[in-house]
Amino acid sequence: MKQNMIVEDWGLVDYAEGYDRQRQCVQRVIEGAVDHLIFCEHPPVLTLGRMTNPDSLLYQRHDIEERGVTIINVDRGGDVTLHAPGQLIVYPIFNLNKHGKDLKAYMEKLEEVAVDLLKNFGILAISISGQRGVFVGDDKIISIGVGVRKWVTYHGLGINVATDLSLFNLIKPCGLNVCMTSMQKLKGHPVSMKDVKAKVVELFQKRFL
Amino acid sequence: MTKIILPELGEGITQATIACWHAKVDEDVVAGQEICEAVTDKASFVIEAPAPGKLKSIFVNEGQVGLVGGTLGTIESI
Repeated sequence: MKQNMIVEDWGLVDYAEGYDRQRQCVQRVIEGAVDHLIFCEHPPVLTLGRMTNPDSLLYQRHDIEERGVTIINVDRGGDVTLHAPGQLIVYPIFNLNKHGKDLKAYMEKLEEVAVDLLKNFGILAISISGQRGVFVGDDKIISIGVGVRKWVTYHGLGINVATDLSLFNLIKPCGLNVCMTSMQKLKGHPVSMKDVKAKVVELFQKRFL
Repeated sequence: MTKIILPELGEGITQATIACWHAKVDEDVVAGQEICEAVTDKASFVIEAPAPGKLKSIFVNEGQVGLVGGTLGTIESI
């Protein structure tokens, strides 16, 4: 059977290095390589999307950086978000020429994967019309923001598995007045990152045949 | 003169915000060069120069909304 997706796990990788590797991977997929699904985690970093409102940073930049959190402007949609160890980053580098050239449909598929993932871990989550991302009650648990070049996607999902949630106090996540939560907080016990990754692969393979 | 058009981005998407231009008016551009980015629904879409030449005009500036199928700017052949 032809392999429809290559899965790579980069482990803990600096954001800037991860971004460069993403761009290289995007180029390979543009040139005909099969889709890639990439996992990684990043050291604490705030990424400012293309539509970031300056008021979404709740502290001065140097105060944030003194806490060991770097700040980077990025070419994805959306406002500010935080990445840190314990948050599983999923970068689908997918060729939408094969899956449908429709940004809205792609984003909805990402949300469906996210909701199904959490359901598999006994967490009832929802997507909210007009607010990309996935919520449990009023709290946000998974952030979504993507970039697209030549209809090949990059950036993706930040799944809060066991993130230090206190770091989100530095920002208005995604420009919203919401609290963030994690799978570990909701379950009340550690959640296996390995199990989460395995389920993510299964769900992406199902949705993006 | 070649128009830079905001392409179809998906069903029901009728407009997008121009997040940034990567070239300035009067700058030379090559075909396929990343020329601007349109953002919709938390997705940022890179638009490329459709032809080589000089970026002659920008009709939809950063932060402004363009309509799908509409002209964002023009490129003049050199």
